[in-house]
Amino acid sequence: MKITIDEELCCASGLCTVKAGEVFDQRDEDGIAVLLAEAPAAEHHDAVREAAAVCPAAAIHIME
Amino acid sequence: MTGENVLDYPFDQPKALEAPREWAEARATCPVTHVRMPSGDVAGLVTGYDEARALLSDPRFNRRLDHEGAARTSTTEDGGMFNRENKALSQMMSEGHRRYRRLISPAFTVKKMEAWRPRIQQMTDELLDAMLAKGAPAELRAEFALPLPVRVICALLGASAEDQGRFAHWSDVLMTTTKYTQAEVDEARREFEAYASDLVEEKRANPREDLLSELTQISDSEDGRLSHAELISTVVGILVAGHETTSNQIVKMTALLLEDRQLYEAVIADPSLVPGAVEEALRLDPVGGLGIPRFISEDIEVGGEPVPAGTTLFVNLSAADRDERKFPDADRFDPCRPNAQQHLAFSAGPRFCIGQTLARVELQVVLDTFVRRLPELRLRDDPDALRIRTGVVATGLEELWVTW
Ligand code: SF4
Repeated sequence: MKITIDEELCCASGLCTVKAGEVFDQRDEDGIAVLLAEAPAAEHHDAVREAAAVCPAAAIHIME
Repeated sequence: MTGENVLDYPFDQPKALEAPREWAEARATCPVTHVRMPSGDVAGLVTGYDEARALLSDPRFNRRLDHEGAARTSTTEDGGMFNRENKALSQMMSEGHRRYRRLISPAFTVKKMEAWRPRIQQMTDELLDAMLAKGAPAELRAEFALPLPVRVICALLGASAEDQGRFAHWSDVLMTTTKYTQAEVDEARREFEAYASDLVEEKRANPREDLLSELTQISDSEDGRLSHAELISTVVGILVAGHETTSNQIVKMTALLLEDRQLYEAVIADPSLVPGAVEEALRLDPVGGLGIPRFISEDIEVGGEPVPAGTTLFVNLSAADRDERKFPDADRFDPCRPNAQQHLAFSAGPRFCIGQTLARVELQVVLDTFVRRLPELRLRDDPDALRIRTGVVATGLEELWVTW
């Protein structure tokens, strides 16, 4: 699995960090999501899919 | 728009906890339903989940209705809070919106809001202690649901708790659709902005560990990142949005869970259901109000139906959140619903509610505390007797009497 975040779309909700804190964080300067792991380990895949589904800005893209 | 039956909007709701039947009817008939506002103007109503989400995420359109020809939402001469000209706000809402959001977002990150959880727990316990000391029955809205978010927002902004009553009044007046006159609205706005300006000056002189002090630093950075006018609008916005909506949601969540008491008992038996129950209460908000306005400035299609430029659309989030195509068995309250959190109660897209983490933390703390401390909590009255507050934008219940 590979993930990308569209920073233009991200509205800094931080919901992805709630769903998958090992994979997503929020940048201090603007609250925009940053990836802690671009290709997360298998155990995080479900959480990452949930994060992408719940992202209110549809800013998380997953390539399986 | 002619020749068809235009429904009066917002819809009548004979039972406060039941969604108006027109939502489902509108969703089943066409993507955009024509409705008449209290002002007499006609607008389009959007009730489908996918259509709602697409519109909310479309950066071309915003909630400003101060264009010529936009539907007026209120009976005051200025047409209501969405129609008021406000230069700083206009800027924030349109071209400058992205810049503005990025400036204030760092103050609202999940980490910063979560750090407030212990304080919110403490305030919740104090208010509950006072309510229990007075004895049952209690009117939950006045004694608990209104004061809690106000206290939280005051602490967050570093405003004095003594000012709570004043800005509760101002925000009530500003959110009016039919309840107050133009003169009252103008006066409330003047007073509120003067108050916010004083508060900003005070934080500037004595910065502390609160959100407003943090925002003041951004506006003082002298690179013009956040203007004084924007800062004032931000303070007013946070005070208005942070108090009324969360209060209403506490009351509605409690009412929904107690109406079908098995739900409440399920959460008592398994407190890990608290976050799921909070999400379902947000999704199933039965009092949808007007919804979120969008002024359509160019010809588009919504769900395959053409919508001409100049149309005012109302995106009804609560109606969209009961779309069966997105949430099977949509009217059922299911704290284990896997996709509940994808509801639109906090909107979506670039204008997604910036206070949603704070609201979620508050609602979770409240429900968790209720099920722990008030296992005998019950509605005093028949749920069918509950009444909806009318004449204001943020809709909730008039009152909610409980016993324990
Ligand atoms: S959930 Fe989406 S909008 Fe929110 S911070 Fe993550 S990427 Fe950004």
